[in-house]
Amino acid sequence: MSEWIRIPLTSNYAAAYAAKDVDVDVVAAYPITPQTPVVERIAEFIANGELQAEMIHVESEHTALSACIGAAATGARVFTATSAQGLELMHELLFIASGLRLPIVMAIAARALSAPLSIWGDYSDVMATRDSSWITMIASTAQEVYDSIIQAYKAAEHSDVLLPAMVAYDGFMMSHTYEPVYVAKDRSIILEFVPKKKPSWNILDPDKPITIGAVGNPDWYYEFKYQQVVAMENSRSVLRQVFEEFSKKFGRWYNFIETYNMDGSDIAILTYGGLYGTAIEAVDIMKKQGLNVGTIKLRVFRPWPEEELLKILKSLKAVIVIDRAISFGAALEGPVAMEVLTSVYKKGLSTALHSYIASIGQRAVMEEDIIAIVKKSLELLEKGVVITEKPVYWGVR
Amino acid sequence: MKWYFMLNLKRVEIRWHGRGGQGAVTAATILAEAAIYQGKHAQAYPEFGAERRGAPVRAYTRISDTPIYTKAPITEPDVVVVLDSSLSSSIYIEGLKKNGILIINTKKSISEIKKDVSRDDIKIARVDATKIALEILKAPFVNMAMLGAVAKVIPVVDVMYIEEAIRESFRPKIAEANIQALRRAYNEVEVA
Amino acid sequence: MTSHVKRLAGWREIPIGGAIIQPGNSAERFTGDWRVFKPVINQDKCVRCYLCWVYCPEPAVKIVDKPYKASSGREWKVTFEIDYNYCKGCGICVEECPVKAIDFIEEVK
Repeated sequence: MSEWIRIPLTSNYAAAYAAKDVDVDVVAAYPITPQTPVVERIAEFIANGELQAEMIHVESEHTALSACIGAAATGARVFTATSAQGLELMHELLFIASGLRLPIVMAIAARALSAPLSIWGDYSDVMATRDSSWITMIASTAQEVYDSIIQAYKAAEHSDVLLPAMVAYDGFMMSHTYEPVYVAKDRSIILEFVPKKKPSWNILDPDKPITIGAVGNPDWYYEFKYQQVVAMENSRSVLRQVFEEFSKKFGRWYNFIETYNMDGSDIAILTYGGLYGTAIEAVDIMKKQGLNVGTIKLRVFRPWPEEELLKILKSLKAVIVIDRAISFGAALEGPVAMEVLTSVYKKGLSTALHSYIASIGQRAVMEEDIIAIVKKSLELLEKGVVITEKPVYWGVR
Repeated sequence: MKWYFMLNLKRVEIRWHGRGGQGAVTAATILAEAAIYQGKHAQAYPEFGAERRGAPVRAYTRISDTPIYTKAPITEPDVVVVLDSSLSSSIYIEGLKKNGILIINTKKSISEIKKDVSRDDIKIARVDATKIALEILKAPFVNMAMLGAVAKVIPVVDVMYIEEAIRESFRPKIAEANIQALRRAYNEVEVA
Repeated sequence: MTSHVKRLAGWREIPIGGAIIQPGNSAERFTGDWRVFKPVINQDKCVRCYLCWVYCPEPAVKIVDKPYKASSGREWKVTFEIDYNYCKGCGICVEECPVKAIDFIEEVK
């Protein structure tokens, strides 16, 4: 581990360190709580000479992502970060970044959406980008934020992928919480992993002019969208390679999903972000109480890791999905629960699925809540509830 | 006098109370940083929302010998540290565990504090950090002095690492003055 | 899809992201078949003022190094010609010509 130093960082700072260590060329971002410290720290890195990059000061998130798109179109390695309404203001540009196939990487300190105004953490903003064709990773520790951003660049820039990628983490409970993080003593080891090569995408070059952003009329548009379908599909195997290579090279193990205490458990809690950590501790407490339950972390949301999930789900009696966003009026209002249900049905599994909504607007979820959720599900199973008709809105008054 | 209250705990959860600008968040962070430099596991986070000078502020530190996975907020701390005794005792005493520790910056005696908090199932430590800060720093920045009191009363982090974390966070001159305040509070804190 | 429709390239065969990677390929697209009326320059009346060349949006007015002697006896070093491969027949040149030297006549195809 001598190539690494162990330092206290928040997830926001871990994101800034990752951007520095992959040697980004251009950063365009607009400050918004709770993402602001990401941009502040990058500005410090540039000011003190640790990072040679162009910081573009913009007047909105719409412009921030526009600037990133322009910069990425010239072949630059580009980074941005945002939260909540900022991500919503970027929304139309999300589709342009992915449609133009530009491997931009964005950190998201996930936050509830107004109104009413909430600066606190949940995943409403991230889940609202589901169909934007961005690779979407959700971290549950500051270490994972640092590592995931590095991995995101490698996957996004792969010539079989060329899609933008976002790495999300809990606003406040991660973005502002200091934790120990191993960062590279010298970023050359990171750059060996994500080398800055000649861009693998079509770039704007005065010596070899091209046109980007042209019209896609009904004869052509569909084919370009299908290319994105294929690219997202390709990103599965590319991400798999990236995780393996990262794990072998750096000794920190990553996959599409992560599990804890799954041996001998036939019930699992599936969640994402920092809540997975709380679930781990709840599982430990339940074990002491004689209740053997496992937990699963969804680490990659897009592409949906069906194969990896089903390997675990097929041997389970029930999976308890705790969602941190609401898909209003949907068939099942927990966005991740709905995806799990689709996968379970596609493979004809008999695994029960109980959907819960929790931590909306950063309503506290304690270990005791998770234990109570498991006990509630045990009751539901006894009553013969295989799939919850509606999510259980945990803790709402 | 017996100082080592917390050695039976694998994990310590601390809540800091102060007013905006007093440095409660910085103190919470520096203690976690020091624990991490020492090779322990730690978290520190502020209470989110009001960031205004003078407003009541809370910050939190978790320190553990084993990895910390939870991201749940601290609602029942083992230790409460109060930087400003003008805060209402009902606020800072809330949720403090049985056998928990209150470390408070005050001129009052321990028996007076006991009367204020009306709890006899907790341990109390007091130090006049304001006096120390005014004498050494010539300003009422009490946070590093309070950190000295914490280091003495719950010795989960070596003072050496706290001093290292202070030197990482402040310019040399300010760091040295704060370390002096920390050492003096370390020596002056009273426990009952 | 009916068989008499020309098959266009599939998703594997086209550059990704909708990029147009050959520069200057608009020259490959002949827009001359859009015309209903075509401009015809009366070389004898033309005063070589360049205004048609300036205004043509396509641009389909060419300046050719071809001397011309007008019936008045005046000698011109250049001749203006319409490139009918690209002229869309918009009539702007006809409108702008200060000496009414461009006739606009119905296209017979």
